[in-house]
Amino acid sequence: MNNFSVKAESLSKTFGRRLIFSGLNFEFSKKGIYGISGPNGSGKSTLVQIIAGLISPSAGKVRHIMEAKDIPPEKLHNHIGFVSPYLVLYEEFTALENLELFAKIRNVHFNTEKIEYLLKVFLLYERKDDLVKTYSSGMKQRMKFIFAMMHSPRLLILDEPTSNLDDEGKESVYRITREQGSDSIVLIASNERSDLELCSEKIVIQDYKNISVQEAN
Amino acid sequence: MSSKAYSLFIKDFRSELRTRYAINSLAMFIIVAISVILFSIGNERVNENLTAGLFWVVIFFTAMSGLARAFVSEEERGTSLTLQLIASPSTVFTGKLIFNLILVFCMNIIIAVLYSAVFDAFVIRNFVLFLCAFVLGNIGLAISSTIIAAIISKAGAKGTLYPVLSFPILLPLILTSVQLTLFSIDGTGFEKSKFELAVVICYDVIMLTASYMLFDFIWKD
Repeated sequence: MNNFSVKAESLSKTFGRRLIFSGLNFEFSKKGIYGISGPNGSGKSTLVQIIAGLISPSAGKVRHIMEAKDIPPEKLHNHIGFVSPYLVLYEEFTALENLELFAKIRNVHFNTEKIEYLLKVFLLYERKDDLVKTYSSGMKQRMKFIFAMMHSPRLLILDEPTSNLDDEGKESVYRITREQGSDSIVLIASNERSDLELCSEKIVIQDYKNISVQEAN
Repeated sequence: MSSKAYSLFIKDFRSELRTRYAINSLAMFIIVAISVILFSIGNERVNENLTAGLFWVVIFFTAMSGLARAFVSEEERGTSLTLQLIASPSTVFTGKLIFNLILVFCMNIIIAVLYSAVFDAFVIRNFVLFLCAFVLGNIGLAISSTIIAAIISKAGAKGTLYPVLSFPILLPLILTSVQLTLFSIDGTGFEKSKFELAVVICYDVIMLTASYMLFDFIWKD
């Protein structure tokens, strides 16, 4: 499926006077699972938000290339899936209503088979008609994965994917992440050892600007 | 883009029906504002100038109390990120604008009906001119309120910032709309109202263009 790549060129980010990172260069051009790690405050979440096109870098740029052409920023959202602790779904709607509305707003086909499959994998099928506000934090976290994967994105970005999840939930996430990684690019930003064990290659952000690429053991 | 924006509007409409974020505050404000004006005037005979002015004062402050919800509610609930992930900035702005346009028209039709029922001096002699002023004024109000709501949703002191920022931006629109309403009460013809109508049309076009140009920057960071 994938003819998609992500390329960061001299990426820097500052918040006011505070430097988060500078001069980051990397490229993900093959499908697979990649990791981003670093100490707290090193800018992992900021970096993945920049890659997802949610915030702008202070300098440099991120290119999303598909079929040898750059994807324009206004069309990027249909190619990206994003899971983050900051992501909140509409709690006044049921899980199914949320997903139907997202498909309509994205103007993509509502793939009932895929949605049912994801609901079953993430153990939410029985609760699909309940309002999201009645869900536990773990269920909300699992629901975010369905939201991120329902449109079959070329790039799936997972920021701290297993926060709030029990062992069963983590297993579902790892299983579906491996499946997705065989078909597209998956980026995991985390410090959890078990999350990073899924990755074939790992970027480590250190000392604001140094970046080291480590092959998985 | 139009079908995506329409779907976003439907999402907001259904969300509003369930949460009543804006409808309740607007309805309460309309009743309270008209009642306060009615009680403060008492049996005094109000002239046409004041009637036209008060009509737009009620509209202005009612808009202040409800229209900011379009973006503030997304920011307060933390769903802005979700919205960024499912739609382009222009789709988000168009969807929110459609929602605010419908809200402004519904709200102002109710205000106009209530106002004409309780104020004897509010008699429209040139109805077509009033309709033009009403429609153009409401479009300008919805566009301005939507972009100001987007700006203030990213700020800390949302409650105070909205009227403060709205006042200078909406002042030319309100003054011209008051003048046009006065003309329609007087029965002045279109010939003499040309300048004011042109000002409101220009205001709407400029605000719409500037809003689409600015929204990308406001929405992203």
